[in-house]
Amino acid sequence: MTQPAPSAQHQGPEKGTATGPVAAPPSKQGGGPRAFGLRADVRNLSLLGVLAVLAVVGGITEPDAFLDTGNLQLILTQSSVIGVVTVGMTLVIIGGGIDLSVGAMVALASVWATTLATQDFGFAGILFTAVIVGLAAGLVNGVLIAYGRMVPFIATLAMLASARGLALLITDGKTQIVTVQSVLDLGLPDSYVLGIPPLVLGFAAVTVVGWLILNRTTFGRRTVAIGGNAEAARLAGIDVRRQRLYLYLLSGVCCGIAAFMLIILSGSGQNTNGNLYELDAIAAAIIGGTLLSGGRGTIVGSVLGVLVFTTITNIFALNNLQSDVQQIAKGAIIVAAVLVQHRTLRGGET
Amino acid sequence: MPETSRRGLLFGTAAVSAGAFLTACTSNEPKEKAAAQSNQPAADDKPGKPVTIGFAGPQADHGWLNAINVQAKARAEKYSEVTLEITEGSNDTAAQIGQVKTLINKKVDVLVVLPADGKALTQVGLEAMKAGIPVVNLDRIFASPQAYRCWVGGDNYGMGLNAGHYIGEQLKDKANAKVVELAGIDNLELTKQRSQGFADALKNYSNIKLVARQAADFTVESGQAKMAQLLQAQKQFDALWNHDDDQGVGALRAIQQAGRDEFLMVGGAGAKSAMDAIKADNSVLKATVLYPPTMAASAIDLARALGQSKGIAGLSEMEIPTSLTLYSAVVTKDNIDQYLPTGFS
Repeated sequence: MTQPAPSAQHQGPEKGTATGPVAAPPSKQGGGPRAFGLRADVRNLSLLGVLAVLAVVGGITEPDAFLDTGNLQLILTQSSVIGVVTVGMTLVIIGGGIDLSVGAMVALASVWATTLATQDFGFAGILFTAVIVGLAAGLVNGVLIAYGRMVPFIATLAMLASARGLALLITDGKTQIVTVQSVLDLGLPDSYVLGIPPLVLGFAAVTVVGWLILNRTTFGRRTVAIGGNAEAARLAGIDVRRQRLYLYLLSGVCCGIAAFMLIILSGSGQNTNGNLYELDAIAAAIIGGTLLSGGRGTIVGSVLGVLVFTTITNIFALNNLQSDVQQIAKGAIIVAAVLVQHRTLRGGET
Repeated sequence: MPETSRRGLLFGTAAVSAGAFLTACTSNEPKEKAAAQSNQPAADDKPGKPVTIGFAGPQADHGWLNAINVQAKARAEKYSEVTLEITEGSNDTAAQIGQVKTLINKKVDVLVVLPADGKALTQVGLEAMKAGIPVVNLDRIFASPQAYRCWVGGDNYGMGLNAGHYIGEQLKDKANAKVVELAGIDNLELTKQRSQGFADALKNYSNIKLVARQAADFTVESGQAKMAQLLQAQKQFDALWNHDDDQGVGALRAIQQAGRDEFLMVGGAGAKSAMDAIKADNSVLKATVLYPPTMAASAIDLARALGQSKGIAGLSEMEIPTSLTLYSAVVTKDNIDQYLPTGFS
């Protein structure tokens, strides 16, 4: 759980310079890029602090169940699917958009990839179908938003409705059980690499790629630029529309990968999959410090946000607290996290 | 430009072939035809006067509700004199009210209504009754008995009770037995009733303690997630009751992933996958407590009898009863063959 720490420290300054070359978008960010870098650091550190507090709480209340490798594996595994979705969501939000269709895309990809016809093609067929369906749905989102000039909120809301509908049409409301053994095996302890479940490795890989894209590529700098000020970015010569298209494509692909991971995890495909993922992913990104209006955010923060939520759920379940308490606490934590961020930001600007 | 067009060609071909592949992959038709569902003889098989039955249900977005539609249609087809007017399922109260009104306007002889929300559909039930159309209220009950002629549905409390009794009997000789409960959606009344019945049944066995309970939300995904946490929290226990076989698919997956098998598991609802597992007897799942979708077939039988003004064979009453609560049978390896045809997927 402490692994993200080193990269968190790298990230701040890198990100600060990253925004530099893009013809300095006249930003809303009061203190300028450099100050923001420091603040992102503070924010990630404070999330790590929250995780540490949670670990202490878990360790005190349920020492036997909380403090063992099995539970660490469990928390990371349960974070994997939503974590991959959140990485895509974070990029979209930083680019000034929003993607409400992630849960529905996960559902659609997971049921399309588990039909009897797809299962005939085995492991490769399932993986290919999941990713391509995600990509195709993301493409539709991207084209509608970038070239159809639709508001992202509306376009992805429409995708949410129709993808869920299509998923229901494919399954007819039935649970599609996966019988391809090579897929099922990936979710079982025998396939763990040095104690790390393959799903967690997948999550880590997506996180690293997402971090590289955002912090080490022109693509990442353009994303920050169009999210901060699209007009300035356009004047600076960035093809804003194409950039937006790519961002929704990326989110779709992330959903496809997440769907494949969910198939491994649950051994099935169901049209109810990915329920409310959009809210979980947005919440994780927000408490991770991503600005909902775009132009600012980190992958590491989002991943920490996901881990915080999963750890809370885990501690509640281990203590046998019921879902009503869990939901109240989740809401309270989102509010608290955002309030703390506001204070930090205001503190930085004066 | 030639560069762009070559790239375009490449992507175009890839896109077209991916598209073709995907379209080919939407089919869910099994290679071999599934055995025809057994359709036991109805109460009274003699054809009577023609009856038109209007059927309105919620959107069939999961296995059980889908089975409800299938059962209703199959039973109506069995009667040559019955015409079934079935509406597009909807979870939207306003839409469902509109559908029932349409059926009233069409002057169907009898209505069978499975409301998305029982309380919200009460008014339109009253309206139908006032218009002289008897209403068979299926499962989710209206707020007023005036809104239906006959109610037929499952017994959620009894489901918990029977699950508890079964587990109690299995563990009665075991000192300090621990039981875990994986419930369904917590903000549904039916979940509360099931849990209450389960707790009440376990009270009969002083050696058994309910040590943990978590609520999933009837989906495979949530079943896996919540069960994984329960397994982590309880390093050893003796029995598990899972409210719903759909989420049970995920729960079984979590159990397999944790490599645990020291306990016995009882399911709920009666999905085909669960029944297959019970029959195969190769997992912790040893039984499931029914919430029978065959109630839709029974509702059609009742509606037909109401339309033809006759009672039910086997009862000495002249009239159809006002309420029929179905029994939640415990399906185990011993009686599985009898129930297997009613399993839904």
